Amino acid sequence: MTGLPGATEKRLGLVIDLDTCVGCQACVTACKGWNDGGIGLSDQDPYGADPSGTFLNRVHSYQVAIPDAPAQVVTFPRSCLHCDNAPCVTVCPTGASYKRAEDGIVLVNEDACIGCGLCAWACPYGAREMDAAQGVMKKCTLCVDRIYNETLPEEDREPACVRTCPTNARHFGDLADPDSKVSQLVAQRGGYDLMPDMGTKPTNKYLPPRKKGPGEASPLAPLLDIKATGIAGWLDRMLGKI
Amino acid sequence: MNQPRVETQREVGDEVRQTTCYMCACRCGINVHLKSGKLAYIEGNRDHPINKGVLCAKGASGIMQVTAPSRLKAPLRRVGPRGSGAFEEITWEEALSTAVAWMKPLRETAPEKLAFFTGRDQSQSLTGWWAQNFGTPNYAAHGGFCSVNMAAGGIYTIGGAFWEFGQPDWDRTKLFVMFGVAEDHDSNPIKIGLGKLKARGARVISVNPVRTGYSAVADDWIGITPGTDGLLILSLIHCLLEAGKIDLDYLAQWTNAPLLVTEADGPEKGLFVRNAESQPFVIDRRTSHPAPWDGKDVQPDLGAEWQGNRTVFRHMVEEYLKPGYAPEAVAARCGVTAARIRQLAAELADVAFNHAITLDRPWTDFRGNEHPNMPGRPVSFHAMRGISAHSNGFQTARALHLLQILLGSLETPGGYRLKPPYPKPIEAHPTPHFVSTPGKPLTGPHLGYVRSPDDLCLLPDGQPARIDKGFSWENPFSAHGLMHMVIPNAHAGDPYRIDTLFLYMANMSWNSSMNSARVMEMLTEERDGDYVIPRIIYSDAYASEMVAYADLILPDTTYLERHDCISLLDRPISEPDAAGDAIRWPVIEPDREVRCFQSVLLELGARLGLPGMVNEDGTPKFKDYADYIANHQRRPGVGPLMGFRGNGEAEGRGAPNPDQLNRYIENGAFYQAHVPEEAAFYKPWNAAYQDWAVKLGLYETPQPYLFNIWSEPMRRFQLAAEGFGPRQPPDHLRARLKQAMHPLPIWYAPYGDEDAAFGYPVHALTQRPMDMYHSWGSQNAWLRQIKGHNYLYLPTKIWVEQGFQDGDWARVSSRAGTIVVPVAHMAALNENTVWTWNAIGKRKGAWALDADAPEATTGFLLNHLISELLPDRDGLRLSNSDPITGQAAWFDQRVRVERVAAEDHPRGTVEPMFERLPDPPRAGGGRDHNSSAKNWTASFRRKFVAPVGGET
Repeated sequence: MTGLPGATEKRLGLVIDLDTCVGCQACVTACKGWNDGGIGLSDQDPYGADPSGTFLNRVHSYQVAIPDAPAQVVTFPRSCLHCDNAPCVTVCPTGASYKRAEDGIVLVNEDACIGCGLCAWACPYGAREMDAAQGVMKKCTLCVDRIYNETLPEEDREPACVRTCPTNARHFGDLADPDSKVSQLVAQRGGYDLMPDMGTKPTNKYLPPRKKGPGEASPLAPLLDIKATGIAGWLDRMLGKI
Repeated sequence: MNQPRVETQREVGDEVRQTTCYMCACRCGINVHLKSGKLAYIEGNRDHPINKGVLCAKGASGIMQVTAPSRLKAPLRRVGPRGSGAFEEITWEEALSTAVAWMKPLRETAPEKLAFFTGRDQSQSLTGWWAQNFGTPNYAAHGGFCSVNMAAGGIYTIGGAFWEFGQPDWDRTKLFVMFGVAEDHDSNPIKIGLGKLKARGARVISVNPVRTGYSAVADDWIGITPGTDGLLILSLIHCLLEAGKIDLDYLAQWTNAPLLVTEADGPEKGLFVRNAESQPFVIDRRTSHPAPWDGKDVQPDLGAEWQGNRTVFRHMVEEYLKPGYAPEAVAARCGVTAARIRQLAAELADVAFNHAITLDRPWTDFRGNEHPNMPGRPVSFHAMRGISAHSNGFQTARALHLLQILLGSLETPGGYRLKPPYPKPIEAHPTPHFVSTPGKPLTGPHLGYVRSPDDLCLLPDGQPARIDKGFSWENPFSAHGLMHMVIPNAHAGDPYRIDTLFLYMANMSWNSSMNSARVMEMLTEERDGDYVIPRIIYSDAYASEMVAYADLILPDTTYLERHDCISLLDRPISEPDAAGDAIRWPVIEPDREVRCFQSVLLELGARLGLPGMVNEDGTPKFKDYADYIANHQRRPGVGPLMGFRGNGEAEGRGAPNPDQLNRYIENGAFYQAHVPEEAAFYKPWNAAYQDWAVKLGLYETPQPYLFNIWSEPMRRFQLAAEGFGPRQPPDHLRARLKQAMHPLPIWYAPYGDEDAAFGYPVHALTQRPMDMYHSWGSQNAWLRQIKGHNYLYLPTKIWVEQGFQDGDWARVSSRAGTIVVPVAHMAALNENTVWTWNAIGKRKGAWALDADAPEATTGFLLNHLISELLPDRDGLRLSNSDPITGQAAWFDQRVRVERVAAEDHPRGTVEPMFERLPDPPRAGGGRDHNSSAKNWTASFRRKFVAPVGGET
């Protein structure tokens, strides 16, 4: 068993806007590209019958039945939620999985990981992936090698998925700070925890889709009774307005 | 707690090179990070006007494209039967001399026997110019099977278009309505724009049979029946007219609504009434007398009737107030209730007229009238292939532009805004050129905008002059040609046979053709001891399905290994507030015997002695494409790139600058010329904009114009169909010309609807995924993990009625053929429509995928169901296209769907299944052997070493 740090000073995480995410998968490959160059993410059978590789962020698509309205489609990006109460950490037999005291990021120390897979089993979100070539567990690092990286321009010190998101549906910041942009978004838009009943207390929040449906503009009133007046009457009334 | 030290200061690479993406047609700016000369990481360029730092799934996977094992590695000559895939590697010298040996005699005797067609080519100003100098009339790029209706419908109506030629005023629009937009042009800018709207809480509505992607996040979704968008739009117009919710001032000032239409029967009927100077005119409300359309202070009378001739406005109102356009009359056909149509009309009117905005920017119009500010109606639209790829798509695009015009929103703050070089009236475009003379170039460019039957490309006997029958009576406004008809027509010898088919980046034996199975036969059929199409030269960077059908392969580079220019002469990267162009340059060097196709083309041109490509002494004028980009002049002082001309400071016009490409590289590989603030809106009529455009070299004199609600060019074709004029259409086309060429936007049922009566009731569509660009994505190790499978998505009605179960298959039939494919249920779908992702299906053996790759075993194309011809009528070969533009009518498709239970399809693979293509010589490598990451073995071993930290 591995211990959790208790309350962290910062709670760095993501706020993902499900009203805005179009499911374009940009964050998926930006993550793959960045981390492939860093911790390395392998692919098996990349040009074959059953390609499968390590991705730290995946986007799923769900259909939602709505009573008395057309069905909806929600696209749903999924990656580690950097939980306060991270079961993947407490289940780790070697201490490889840990939650950082300074910012709350959950990481895997690959040097200590024995690839037992318990953490993936414990995570209710399916947010961990065993790298088949390296035999160690991989997960979202919140781009810890970007956000503090002084070799990058300051504006680029954010996770690769956030930097690349074309619709700006992904936001990065400190959720422990009520004045941060991400906390404000959560407050304004009713950001919620994923599966709160699991007791994991995730840091990442999702902003729900806004209500959909026809608009509320008042119906248009006819200018006049065209059947009675004919087009000429319409023209008189209309052009009289000039 | 003893936390391990984490490496947070990793350097991405040791060098960043900025160039332009080519993972789709969006042309975003990218930062390519290199480490020791090798590719390390690709991200968006924050300073770039198109993507502003973001990058899509494709762009971020470029590293897997550039290292894909499917890359070709050397020129190839066919040694076995065509289609067998048997090739030998040859040298570039052999390849070039072979091509010249084939082409030179054609140029000297019959230039039209060479047909040069390019696919997803971003160098059309070069490829077109080359073909023009070769002297063949047979050139076009892929717009005819892509979205020419969108381009031409817009240009004939508003002098600009949707596609990527304009965009909503994302920062100001309050209501944005999309028609038939999936992952079409342009990609990241639409996503960035939607993000802006969502951040502001602005309202987004999508009209689309399928609720995915942009439609999924839209605040409202109207699941329209395919092919009826035009009818819905005209019904909205009916509602707005009925309620008087139109912008009269806008119509009077900026459109041809106040022009007078000739009433008297005869050859002028329906054309504008003209004065002694041959100018159309308006009736001034102040005097009730004729006044010039462009006169200062004139107040055009929209309702005028003068000597029995009524205004366009009156014709328009009479047409659209007809009860046939009432929501109640169109609801069933559109699959949208009358109440929903009325609600949408009310929303449009509410935002346009109750929530108008004003920018405090004085400006002066082309008439000399001064305006204290810029009023805006913040309703905007975008439309793309969903309305374009129908046989009524041109008129539907026109209808949507008319809707924007009536609301007074186009080119105003908050509305849809055009990007330079648009706005540009038809009159500023060339007409098509086609007369071929042995040994001589054409006298002008191939593609243009037809104004009347006089401009058609017809031979003296009245037959089409072009192999694709472009600009003929069958499709008079085919501004992008009809690439989808080249092979069928050449095979049929209709209108004539050709000798050499020269293709670039066009997968014509697979996903880029209608009726692909039959096209493969056409390519391999022999007659009199030779192939019916005797010679095929093909250039591609990858082992696509088309490679197997070529006789000579000229292997191209990948996008990071080449020069390119994204030019104002063809498809630039402008924004509404700036003209923009860009380059690609070799940020890595090719490691194989491949060459940038454009350099090869210039060398072929030099060897053929084509004008413009050789010096007076016969030596090549350009060393390579880079040399051409910097030094070619299309007009004096105007070249492919506008930036850093002359001494490096000149913009738009100026002498060639040998240092120009270096300056582009220093500037992030792009250049922008900013539109002055007072010129940013009302551009077609804004004197400051017109002056700026002339200064930049977009045209030589100011080109103000009126929006064409009434299209005179269309009316001229109707007149011809009615029997007027010296050039007469064949009788079998008269009725459809009369119908389609109505000078006002109208709706007629898509031609494919006829199939419903023959037992094919269901609409069948494809959509391009956001993470794939047509056939290119599947060779990419990352992208194919995201979308390696496709299903036919069935609506609940069909799913339930036939008792479909998960894992089932469907037999899908059309007039043209039958396929058996895997299915999935989708509730968020028009109830009479099925659809699938475009071009996931691959032929076995292609693209360096294993033969058992899912793309080849369960992936499928709808193309086998889609005939390139309309049903045979008296032996006539009429293309399955829009009758105005020749746009391939992919989305007219009707099918029958029948359940095939999983247990009745034990083979578990799609039908038809084509023979495996042999693997051509190619680069190999790829993800297995060319990983950019670490040494995995070492990493794996590390875990047995004592941990350096953490609790256990």
